[in-house]
Amino acid sequence: MAEASYPSDLLFHPEHDWARIDDSGEPETATLGITWYAQDALGEVVFFEPPAPGTMLTKDAPYAEVESVKAVSDVIAPLSGEIVEVNEALAENPALINEDPYGEGWLVKVRLGDPAEKDALLDARSYMATLSG
Amino acid sequence: MSSSAPPALRRTPLFEQHRAAGAKLVDFSGWEMPVQYGGARQEHIAVRESCGVFDVSHMGEIETSGPGALELLQRLLSNDVAKIAIGGAQYSVLCREDGGVLDDLFTYRLDSDRYLTVTNASNHDSDLEWFRAHASGAQDVSVSDLIDDYAMLAVQGPRARELVQAISDSPLPARMTAGTRRVHGAETLVCGTGYTGEDGVELLCRPENAPALWDQIVRRGAVPAGLAARDTLRLEACFHLYGNDLTVDRGPIEGGLGWCCNEDTGFIGSEAVRAVRSAGPAEKLVAFVIDGPGIPRAHNPVRGGGEVTSGTLSPCLNAGIGLAYVPAERSAVGERLEIDVRGKMRPAVIKEKPLYRKGP
Repeated sequence: MAEASYPSDLLFHPEHDWARIDDSGEPETATLGITWYAQDALGEVVFFEPPAPGTMLTKDAPYAEVESVKAVSDVIAPLSGEIVEVNEALAENPALINEDPYGEGWLVKVRLGDPAEKDALLDARSYMATLSG
Repeated sequence: MSSSAPPALRRTPLFEQHRAAGAKLVDFSGWEMPVQYGGARQEHIAVRESCGVFDVSHMGEIETSGPGALELLQRLLSNDVAKIAIGGAQYSVLCREDGGVLDDLFTYRLDSDRYLTVTNASNHDSDLEWFRAHASGAQDVSVSDLIDDYAMLAVQGPRARELVQAISDSPLPARMTAGTRRVHGAETLVCGTGYTGEDGVELLCRPENAPALWDQIVRRGAVPAGLAARDTLRLEACFHLYGNDLTVDRGPIEGGLGWCCNEDTGFIGSEAVRAVRSAGPAEKLVAFVIDGPGIPRAHNPVRGGGEVTSGTLSPCLNAGIGLAYVPAERSAVGERLEIDVRGKMRPAVIKEKPLYRKGP
């Protein structure tokens, strides 16, 4: 998408990742992805290979890589947990990450290991403030 | 204010065109250059299928002129410069005594005693110093730095010639030749060269004429293309990028550039090049395609010895491709390799160069 956007229903990690929390079930799950800023800085994403379901994520640690024509970039886990689902559509069409970073371009779904970690994440307004600095 | 602020980046005469077109600008060898406009992939495809235009004004120009010009260039450049007809072009490398490659360059013979050599941006200053050091003492040759006298546009793709022809006062020079034309009303050196694996021309004009020329070429349908597309295009065509695939630590023979070296001319480094050619190089630069997922990148190790020097995802082959130095005994076409892409072993196959070739 051409215009920058940072939806207010998401939580953000300063390393340019987002999490959409689903607390309707027990345990809580979250969908993760990279922000508009991250995909814009990267340019067209040409390759994303998700880790396998069952992989354990540690908050603030890299768990995958996204590649554009020119660069490789680590994707940082905003929250800890176990991968329960990966976005299979990205194998065929990684540019979905550019076209719809908060929707069709989601990366993985995780079962949260420690829901209290959410408190350390930023809301959209605070995240946007880190970008203008 | 910090006293250690980085030096300001140089800008080409087309900087405002890039900014207006929404280009993403990056530092490339000290120049603020467009890496992409709309998207590198679509720019790449435009060059393969229609026409793209690149600003390559960051490349340098050295003019060597006078009765001693041929003798000097014959000593500096690896190819047989005496074979360039007036209006001709030739590719060669510049070597040290030990055969290490200092740069790879195109030289155009503009007149009987006047040659123009186009340098890579990152090497221009050191090339110029090298030319001048070897010209010093000679009364019959002069070496001039013309980097500020020229802007350079590369118009590339199957439609490039007809597009430029329409704004030229006379027929364009054939492939690998050069000549002066009036293009969009301004005197321009038109060269039938490029670095994309497509037909096309390179246009050298006065810097003040470049913006109007660029705008006209874009208006006629050329897609502005950035350094990212330039890199994927040249890699599909298996053209070397200096600093990656060629360095002072390697010679032209192992780099697959023996075809542009004529040791009988006695160029600087010719003895070393001759020795490697006769003994055979320990390593060779090969082109490969990844078999499966994964994108190789420069410095990825090759299992069993060797290293990737350039790698990308090929937009035309839709696979990871690259160039790598591998032990000579494992450099045959069809040989299978394993590339260590950040810890994952990716199978690859050595292929014929170029990796992309126009269909019949």
